[in-house]
Amino acid sequence: MSTSKQKKRVAAVEGWIDVDPKNPRLVGYKDDASGTYFFPKDVSISRAPGFADTPLREVRLSNRGKLWSYTTNHYKPPEPAISPDPFVPYTVAAVELTEERMVILGQLADGVDPATIEVGQEMELTLATLYEDDENEYIVWKWKPVSA
Amino acid sequence: MSKNEVAILGAGMHPWGKWGRNFVEYGVVALKEAIKDAGIEWKDVDFVVGGDTMRNGYPGYVAGATFAKAMGWTGIPIASCYAACATGAQAIEIARTRILAGMAQVAAVGADTTPKGFLAPNKGERTLDPDWLRFRLLGDEPDLFRSLRPAPHGPHGATEQDFARIKVKNSKHGFTNPNARYRQIYTEAEVLASPLVAAPLRLFEICATSDGAAALVLCSMEYAKKKGIAKPVRISAVSTVSPTFPNTIIDMPDFSTDSAAGIPAPDRSFKDSISYAAYQEAGVDPSDVNLAEVYDLSSALELDWYENIGLCKPGEAEGMLRSGATELGGRVPVNPSGGLSCFGEAVPAQAIAQVCELTWQLRGTAGERQVEGAKVGITANQGLFGHGSSVLCTR
Repeated sequence: MSTSKQKKRVAAVEGWIDVDPKNPRLVGYKDDASGTYFFPKDVSISRAPGFADTPLREVRLSNRGKLWSYTTNHYKPPEPAISPDPFVPYTVAAVELTEERMVILGQLADGVDPATIEVGQEMELTLATLYEDDENEYIVWKWKPVSA
Repeated sequence: MSKNEVAILGAGMHPWGKWGRNFVEYGVVALKEAIKDAGIEWKDVDFVVGGDTMRNGYPGYVAGATFAKAMGWTGIPIASCYAACATGAQAIEIARTRILAGMAQVAAVGADTTPKGFLAPNKGERTLDPDWLRFRLLGDEPDLFRSLRPAPHGPHGATEQDFARIKVKNSKHGFTNPNARYRQIYTEAEVLASPLVAAPLRLFEICATSDGAAALVLCSMEYAKKKGIAKPVRISAVSTVSPTFPNTIIDMPDFSTDSAAGIPAPDRSFKDSISYAAYQEAGVDPSDVNLAEVYDLSSALELDWYENIGLCKPGEAEGMLRSGATELGGRVPVNPSGGLSCFGEAVPAQAIAQVCELTWQLRGTAGERQVEGAKVGITANQGLFGHGSSVLCTR
């Protein structure tokens, strides 16, 4: 372990996240004609009806929003989900971005007790390592309360 | 009265369970029963629609051709369709429109079975498959059971007891249903003692995956008359609507909702719009409904449907449940069959099974689970990826 070469931090899905820990952001897309945002980019055109000819512009989505709902899963999810062994329950949070008017799912950050969060509270984006190999750490986004 | 009516001549099912046999067997049992119930023979059928079974990891599909071949090829036209949980409704709609167009007189519609256990995406590194990505990045599909809803845990602040009460109600309904897989009456305490799955929902409050099959024989009103059936159960409307942009309620397999920043959300949510289209087509008011079969993938979903199909106003679902209005003997029993709670889900067959139950209820032949004097029944269901499904039957 003498050669503690720093692993490279990369997004778990290429192009979905800025993985700079100082300014984590989800990469979204906007069609400026209708004013609609998209995440992730699943087609190359705007899905707003009537705006299919509008080009999509890459944007960084707000990193804050309000908790819309959450649920805690108490069973080990099947592959390709990655969960610790032995399994521990995890919480999925749905957060509504105020400006973009859209709800985005993400796991609740490690160490946050779901008993302490409440619908409507302010949440912010954070990063975590989903898994790693010899060269890279694969980074995923999570949600955490602003106060935490 | 709807102009788009077809008659239900026959209904049949293979009992739901975990039988582990060749899946074609289930479908054929159901179809033969429906044909017998219709008082016709296979050679009288001039169109077949199969609701496809997608089996992850199994070879092949069950499709229209599978039924036609198993019953003995007669050279008739066939169709096959897949729309996740809404598959059955689409199969019914294909048959109905063909009959209404005068291109078929007697159509058979059938579907069966689900792969067992918790659902999972196909194997391999499938980074372009949103289903695969969601499992990889988020874990599992928490909103599968609608546990992911606003308000402190579940719709409108339903309590743990409310979710358990729905299971108890459905277990009483399905107890005497010979086609149900789970025929056991549960107490609230037993339900609340089952393990948490997707908090606040517990194991007994979410549905299993089952083997089973359902089939219908549909015909034109004219054909029914010729057969001497003066008052057949009629399909008065079928809704297969999709969402209107922006769809602001999170759904599988998406990571996000549509954004409402540019175009405002529609007045009617997707789930509200599903039965609305059926009521509009049939010219029926929600207050006329005598019973409903709704898709209770979980107790929370059943509660949602009370409002989505207009049995009560928004925010009143819990009150309606607690009043006993949705139990057998109440104002509008919901899931008198026992629902998915007692059946488990055989994905493509389920929307057809719902209509089988309406058929027996409106004929008055549903035995101990009969809803007295039932004249109007509605089904509601939502297939993933935006497939609405609602069938309205009258007699």
